[in-house]
Amino acid sequence: MAESIFALDSFWLSLILKLVAVVAFFLVAPLIAGYQEHKVMAFMQNRLGPMEAGPFGALQLVADGIKFIQKEDIIPAAADKRVFSAAPGVVLIPTLIMIAVLPLSPGGFAEDLDVGIFFALAVSSVGVVGVMMAAWASASKYSLIGGIREAAQLIAYEIPLFIAAAAVVMQAGTMSLVGIVNAQADFTAFGIPVPYAVPQAIGLVIFGIAALAELNRPPFDMPIADSEVIAGHMTEYSGLRFAFFLLTEFGGMVVYSALMVVLFLGGWNIWPGVPLPDNAILANLIGFGVSMVKILGLVFVMTWLRSTYPRLREDQLQRFAWTVMIPLAILQLIVTAIGKVIA
Amino acid sequence: MSETLARPDAPVIPGGPQEGMLVEVAGGGELDTASMNLNVGPAHPATHGVLRLVVDLDGEKIVKAQPVIGYMHRGFEKLAEDRDYRQIIALVNRHDWLSAFCNEIGVAIAVERMLEMEVPDRAQWIRTLMCEWNRILNHLLLLGSYALELGALTPMFYSVREREDIQNILESATGGRLHFTYCRVGGLKEDLPRGFLQASADMATRMKTCIAQYEDLLLGNEIFMLRTKNVGVLPQDVALDYGVTGCALHATGITEDVRISEPYAAYDKVDVRVPVGTNGDSFDRFYCLIERMKASVDIIEQVHDNIPAGPVNVKLPKIVKAPEGSIYVRTENPLGQGGYYLVSDGQKTPWRMKMRTPSFSNVQAIPYLLKDQLMADMIAILGSVFFVVGDVDR
Repeated sequence: MAESIFALDSFWLSLILKLVAVVAFFLVAPLIAGYQEHKVMAFMQNRLGPMEAGPFGALQLVADGIKFIQKEDIIPAAADKRVFSAAPGVVLIPTLIMIAVLPLSPGGFAEDLDVGIFFALAVSSVGVVGVMMAAWASASKYSLIGGIREAAQLIAYEIPLFIAAAAVVMQAGTMSLVGIVNAQADFTAFGIPVPYAVPQAIGLVIFGIAALAELNRPPFDMPIADSEVIAGHMTEYSGLRFAFFLLTEFGGMVVYSALMVVLFLGGWNIWPGVPLPDNAILANLIGFGVSMVKILGLVFVMTWLRSTYPRLREDQLQRFAWTVMIPLAILQLIVTAIGKVIA
Repeated sequence: MSETLARPDAPVIPGGPQEGMLVEVAGGGELDTASMNLNVGPAHPATHGVLRLVVDLDGEKIVKAQPVIGYMHRGFEKLAEDRDYRQIIALVNRHDWLSAFCNEIGVAIAVERMLEMEVPDRAQWIRTLMCEWNRILNHLLLLGSYALELGALTPMFYSVREREDIQNILESATGGRLHFTYCRVGGLKEDLPRGFLQASADMATRMKTCIAQYEDLLLGNEIFMLRTKNVGVLPQDVALDYGVTGCALHATGITEDVRISEPYAAYDKVDVRVPVGTNGDSFDRFYCLIERMKASVDIIEQVHDNIPAGPVNVKLPKIVKAPEGSIYVRTENPLGQGGYYLVSDGQKTPWRMKMRTPSFSNVQAIPYLLKDQLMADMIAILGSVFFVVGDVDR
């Protein structure tokens, strides 16, 4: 099993190092995702985007963060105060925990679990509890409608997400995320070195769509539709609590993109069959760079979709999940199983 | 399902879920569910201003919807009784802020017809040109905001980009960007500035590619079609009963258009095309909106080819007094049919003015359209009826 670069002889020192790395990534990743969303959408929509705060507006999100902190902390009179204040945290924590198992370079991960992908996806579904907490405790009808829509959506889209990931697990023969990347390092289909994206093409598309739905990103942003239910479960939130929901969304973009890179695009490997240098430091640096390029590519696609598509309706979205996504995901699973038996 | 949505210990807040608010129990499928009363507006982003809808929801389904209007009532018609005929123009271009020029022309024509005044040819052609540019301006904003309501951000920015350019051109002639006040009794404020027609012709050429872009973005988009086709179907007879006009009427297949049936300005000398839909649903209404923009570009190009030289004004007496009597003038405003009823007792101000505004009639059809629809479709329907709240409330 691979060794994390954060693993030291001292248990406590290693733990602190891992925590710092995870929190640092969690704080920086949403900024990168948010900044690229600002800039890319500005280009796509013929407008300027941020340009005053910092070089090319790079500090805009930092400035936004400071603004959010300064805002008044409002809790509606009829709200269930404790649940209301706890909800943003409950939504936020799954993203933070998922980062702990994400491998970004040969040694760049906090923990390599044997059940890595299972753990990541299981943790991700905790978010819906936080959303329902926020929706119910707000004592607002718009929040309630948005929250119930979101719960229905998250449950519907977790199934294809899990099945698509299961097909990859079957192909790689391991649930460890590091193991899945290593299995892709010298993977060949019919003698041609390719990442899992080729044999698992259907799974890749399904995982991507389901990830968008899990994140409430357009065209699946119906639970927070600003023109229908104002902002869904976020309607009554302001200031820092609202910022937490935003942070979760942007952080989630990076985390789900990273999962897609690990599962389908070969993780930190440049291409199957092209080995990284033997030097551990160099390998980690190049590997991290390759991972980030792939992740940002997928984050870009998410922004692209956002600025192109209108949003779907609740029932259309459910029908799409149950009648299109799940059967296709099961088909991918069966094809993978047959392929494994024959090979 | 529980009988009430509020927690037992929750304090009763106005507008919040509370006991006694559950007006009726609707049988939705297998479960008996209580309906929820929801106030949409007056500040909801999808209501285009301060329209308020009181909606009874059963789950996500609308049991009943009732528009509450009047938040923006400013008494334009009453104010007009205290204004000189020439001053009214500055009033009436404000109630529907998206179709200023098309509104102001109505009053001018009414007074001219009462005075039996001959308006110079060039003025009539320029009025036609301005009306059509104003129509495009109006449709561009409705197009962008409708896409925004369905969750597509980009079309709004594209349409505002074109609006900006058109407004720059119109500003060079009128001095205004929203409330032009360019029309006068007996003609226009002044002639077009040098280079206006060239800029206008260039813009008309550009608009063709831009409209193709909107069609690519929206009409050809699968999600857009899913959201709008067979949503909010308005049958022909219901549309006629409610007095719905404009795109919403044309979408049902009726070609009634004042520019053809009762031409004013130079509309009898140009070829006016009226696009119609077949189904009367949201998609058809939106389709008519885009096609009407194309038709407007056609009219603008015909104006460029045929515009005569000459004066744009008639010399008016110091005090304009319409003779005793009354007149009703119809115009085809961007949102539908506008009507101006002027009663004069021979003084310098009208004795009474009554306006028929297209939005007011279109909004009447909303309770019919929203009944038994989904909450998410409410927005898709509301936006596609095309109204401006200022025009509803006057």
